[in-house]
Amino acid sequence: MSESTRTIEELTESDYEFGFSTDLDTDIAPPGLDESVVRLISSKKDEPEWLLEWRLKAYEAWRAMEEPDWAKLEIAPIDYEAISYWAAPKQKPILDSMDDVDPDIRDMFDKLGIPLHEQKMLSNVAVDAIVDSVSVTTTFKETLLEAGVIFCSFSEAVRDYPELVREHLGSVVPVRDNFFAALNSAVFSDGSFCYIPKGVRCPMELSTYFRINSMNTGQFERTLIVAEDDSHVSYLEGCTAPQRDENQLHAAVVELVAKDRAEIKYSTVQNWYPGDENGVGGIYNFVTKRGRAHTDAKISWTQVETGSAITWKYPSVILQGDRSIGEFYSVALSCKRQQADTGTKMIHIGKDTTSTIISKGISAAHGQNTYRGLVKVLRSAENARNYTQCDSLLLGKDCGAHTIPYIEVKNPGAQIEHEASTSTVGEDQLYYCRQRGMTEEDAMSMIVNGFCREVFNELPMEFAVEAQRLLSVSLEGSVG
Amino acid sequence: MLHVNNLTAAIGGKQILNGLDLEVGAGEVHAIMGPNGSGKSTFAHALAGRDGYEVSGTVTLDGVDLLDMEPEARAAAGVFLGFQYPVEIPGVNNMYFLRTAVNSVRRARGETEVGARDFLKVAKEAMDLVEMKQDFLDRAVNAGFSGGEKKRNEILQMALMQPRLAILDETDSGLDIDALRVIAGGVNALRGPERSMIVITHYQRLLDYIKPDFVHVLVDGRIVESGDHTLALHLEDHGYASFVNHDLDDAPERPLTGVQS
Repeated sequence: MSESTRTIEELTESDYEFGFSTDLDTDIAPPGLDESVVRLISSKKDEPEWLLEWRLKAYEAWRAMEEPDWAKLEIAPIDYEAISYWAAPKQKPILDSMDDVDPDIRDMFDKLGIPLHEQKMLSNVAVDAIVDSVSVTTTFKETLLEAGVIFCSFSEAVRDYPELVREHLGSVVPVRDNFFAALNSAVFSDGSFCYIPKGVRCPMELSTYFRINSMNTGQFERTLIVAEDDSHVSYLEGCTAPQRDENQLHAAVVELVAKDRAEIKYSTVQNWYPGDENGVGGIYNFVTKRGRAHTDAKISWTQVETGSAITWKYPSVILQGDRSIGEFYSVALSCKRQQADTGTKMIHIGKDTTSTIISKGISAAHGQNTYRGLVKVLRSAENARNYTQCDSLLLGKDCGAHTIPYIEVKNPGAQIEHEASTSTVGEDQLYYCRQRGMTEEDAMSMIVNGFCREVFNELPMEFAVEAQRLLSVSLEGSVG
Repeated sequence: MLHVNNLTAAIGGKQILNGLDLEVGAGEVHAIMGPNGSGKSTFAHALAGRDGYEVSGTVTLDGVDLLDMEPEARAAAGVFLGFQYPVEIPGVNNMYFLRTAVNSVRRARGETEVGARDFLKVAKEAMDLVEMKQDFLDRAVNAGFSGGEKKRNEILQMALMQPRLAILDETDSGLDIDALRVIAGGVNALRGPERSMIVITHYQRLLDYIKPDFVHVLVDGRIVESGDHTLALHLEDHGYASFVNHDLDDAPERPLTGVQS
């Protein structure tokens, strides 16, 4: 294997690396979850004792918890005993050329305008043309290393930076936080770890690199980002490319720690398989994402959610330090029979803390879209401010949009603003665009993208372009 | 150019156009006047292809039958409608909208698309025509525009799309005299031997600025009188009453009262 090919292997199959070295084919835990499975996972990954204890604590907590039922989601019961919680990741077959890739997926790549070499990487096509990207990736790694930024898989972090992981793991999302977070804490397989030292501005958007890296994310993914004082990082998770996965249940946890004056910008594009028109198949996505912002720190979540049959997700910020800032920008699209219950929690603890929430929900076909958001101002949070804007767009007669804001204010000096609107793409707008020569589909796509503008503006440039295309592609066939 | 023959249009079972005939030659400007509810806007939308109308009769532009075509195909064939109430499209950059419109039509005609830089040049020239400032291009389509700005935006679009047939539906409504002058100036600059215009208006005052070759009076969904611009002056003095054999329920008694000053 040539040097360059090996690097790619490492990149695209990072899940295989540690703890999976023995007897890959036969290592599959029987379905069901008990303490022995948790121990198995931990030992397969060669984890230190403290992490095993942590997992077991989470497992005990999870056993005593009930699946939440407060979301506006209709979900067939999930049989947690039917899931296998540890399996050697399947080796994806290496394909000879793009011709062997599923035509639907190829079609979507083209529509999204994803460059050929990335298409190949994403579909596991073996080619020399990849060399370009390899050098790019290697350059990335070197640049990051020079800056002192640590960016690696979670397993690597546990092995190489155990103290950092131990200090921060569960510090923002405790194991008992909620049913799905507890489950993740008990059985998480792998994920990403990112550490920005004091005063360092991460020299690049951690995006392209991550996109290539992100294809083998597990069912129970764990991400931890720590930004030390005065540091800055922009992190992009996910991929506009279509993502198929046989695991129906996904329960990820993301924790962000922004120390004093640090800034973390976390962007997500989620395009998991949404299921078909009749609601068959599709990913159930139950995600816990939360950041803790210390003094003068800023955490900004941007998400574009177009995939999954079920989305249950509330990226949140604990505004702990004085003058800390939390932001949430979201586009959630529910087509076909998709259901999304998503929003945020902004917990104001420090003085002069500020939060902004911009949520754009789009419902089409039989999609159901719910914004659920909490703004909580504690007694200690003098002069807290929040601005919330929730806009819903309805395309068609059989879809639904719901806005459920929760506001809890304990400090009388707080200023809370909430604006909400619901609109439809009017016949008038479509007709106007068509009179100017645009097809109905182009017009619809333009109007919907305009509706999402404020959120797309928050995305890194090239991703904003892809996100627009993704939205258009996802809406295809929902017009009229 | 444009032949309209026995055009009828109904919406929700209500008959609005009742056998309208009109011939518009190349380069001609025709004004259509009439009281409220006479079918002026319906005529405009029937030509542009708005959904929801049941139409019959024939409409051909340069020999091509328009009535079976989708609105975007009519646009590609050269039909432009300046809207009475231009629609707001929040979040969509005006410049992007304009370029998409122009390129959609070019694509449909098998012409090459215009790149962003070239388009900006053309757009700037067109903007001078209607005295628009550069920042217009950076704003969202019609969102938060004043009435006058919206109408100027319509004329800007006409200038960029270079239509064969421009239908201006009450382009003068809601304009003060300065805005009216600017818009009329833009329209006049776009007159040409290859471009025909149908100017729909309540009031004669627009026709002081845009001199029509022909004036038609539309009442109850058909043209009841045609003439030159003196017909408009006659209407100014006498209103539509003499053309209507029933009470004008929703039209002002003297449409021009107070306008001429």
